[in-house]
Amino acid sequence: MVLFFVYIPVLMNIGYSFFRLSSYSASATFVGVDNYRRFFSDSVLPIMLRNNIAYCIISLIVQVGFGTVMALILESSAIAERMKGFFRNLYYIPALISLTAVGLMFTFIYEPNLGFINSLLKSLGMSTYGWLGDAKMAIYCIIAMSQWQFTGYITLLMVVAFQNVPQDYLEAAAIDGAGPIRRAISIMLPQAKEQLLVCTIITVIGAFKLYTEVYATTGGGPGNNSQVLGLFLYQQAFLHDDLGMAAVTGVFIFVITVTLSIIQIRVTRSGQQ
Amino acid sequence: MKKNITKVLLNLLCIVLAIIIVAPLAWILLNSFKTNKELFKDSLAFPEVWQFANYVKAWNLGLYKYFGNSLFVSVLSLCGILASSSFLAYGLTRFRAKGSNIIFIIVLGGMALSEQVALVPLYKILRTLKIYDTYWAVILPYIAFRIPFTVFLMRAYFISIPVELEEAAVVDGYNSLQIFVKIILPISKPIFASCAIVNLNFVWNEFLFANVFLNNKALQTIPIGLMTFKGDLKVDYTTTLAGLMIASAPLIILFICMSRQFVRGLTSGAVKG
Repeated sequence: MVLFFVYIPVLMNIGYSFFRLSSYSASATFVGVDNYRRFFSDSVLPIMLRNNIAYCIISLIVQVGFGTVMALILESSAIAERMKGFFRNLYYIPALISLTAVGLMFTFIYEPNLGFINSLLKSLGMSTYGWLGDAKMAIYCIIAMSQWQFTGYITLLMVVAFQNVPQDYLEAAAIDGAGPIRRAISIMLPQAKEQLLVCTIITVIGAFKLYTEVYATTGGGPGNNSQVLGLFLYQQAFLHDDLGMAAVTGVFIFVITVTLSIIQIRVTRSGQQ
Repeated sequence: MKKNITKVLLNLLCIVLAIIIVAPLAWILLNSFKTNKELFKDSLAFPEVWQFANYVKAWNLGLYKYFGNSLFVSVLSLCGILASSSFLAYGLTRFRAKGSNIIFIIVLGGMALSEQVALVPLYKILRTLKIYDTYWAVILPYIAFRIPFTVFLMRAYFISIPVELEEAAVVDGYNSLQIFVKIILPISKPIFASCAIVNLNFVWNEFLFANVFLNNKALQTIPIGLMTFKGDLKVDYTTTLAGLMIASAPLIILFICMSRQFVRGLTSGAVKG
């Protein structure tokens, strides 16, 4: 079943990328690498790459970096035992809300006239902004929204990994005089390395298949300023009926995510030896 | 002394983060109880009269239908995912058949493949199978796409179960299926709870497939419903907000009820290689 619905479509997608196709008819014309030429000369491509890469880098720093630090703090002795679970669960809540709902919520929150942020700024006597309507800001507003939603998710995953670190290791280190920060760096992080790898891969792949967040907020606008690969694929396929172009975009996403995953696994493996 | 200051600062950080997480949600919740007039006047103020009618209106305006569809799709998909993943994961950990390594790699490799890449071919396949625009058009792909991650989580848990338990059962004359049902299932409740939440979170909130594979308004799930909803209501903001709250509540409530089991399942089996 996994083969049928996951692998075969991915392979078929590579095949489709060499044809001109329509979703409404069965006809297919072989066009060679024409789709690829059109894709790589498309003027939106640099914008999409910039947006996806910005999303990826910021997410790695905030979600994986800061999220892991928060997990360490939550597992440290600084936070009272009964508050640990409370904070951890609270931070996880945004990840349970659908991307569409979060997207719609934040279109209200970013709304220039009555939105939460501008109302707050106004009541503090500060100047307001256009947020999602602003060509330069739009994609960063979307990125910020995702950080809000998913940092707690990574925190939870890392907390789980840290809880699995054997207690005697930590006690032994404490007896040897290692402080809490030293213990975190030399024992907890190396012990949780695999989980950290999984989190990094999830985040990177997520950054390149980004779709719903943009669809539900700006739809790629203003202009094409917040366009991303995932949404472009959808629009090519089901708005412009250009399945060949969509397939090329799919191949492109596929190559990027698989390459990045392999690199990450390699890097972690080589660090182990 | 210095230790206490760090402690206070770390706690403060946790609280600030909690406020950042809660504030947007609280604002949405607050405004979902107002009239549109109040919302436009001052979105930060409390409602004069709490308008529970917004919720009734959102529900009756079609949300109940999307809700039912989502429930149906989620339950069926979840059963499919849990049943097939647990059999597969159990088989992979206990039977050293030829090719079990290949199966493992195929399954885990599936985690790296994103939905977008398969979107166009899947669309064609579903049309050919004549299940496009039926519940099955989303249920089958959901199951296939969620098996890899679920197997990954379950396998780690099953490995941690001591084999001696089963050896005793073999002596008592149990066959593999009986062992699975009578011994493995009861002690695996935590991991089933974790996997159920993780997958429900995905299925309940999935947007891309549902948006493309379900055309008939009578079949659409909640995330799509919300988008339609917003389009239909246009300036009736408060009803839309109430709708967003209704759509998000079930998973949050479920998570709060099951959070202990959820974390326990992940801790006892988390990534151990």
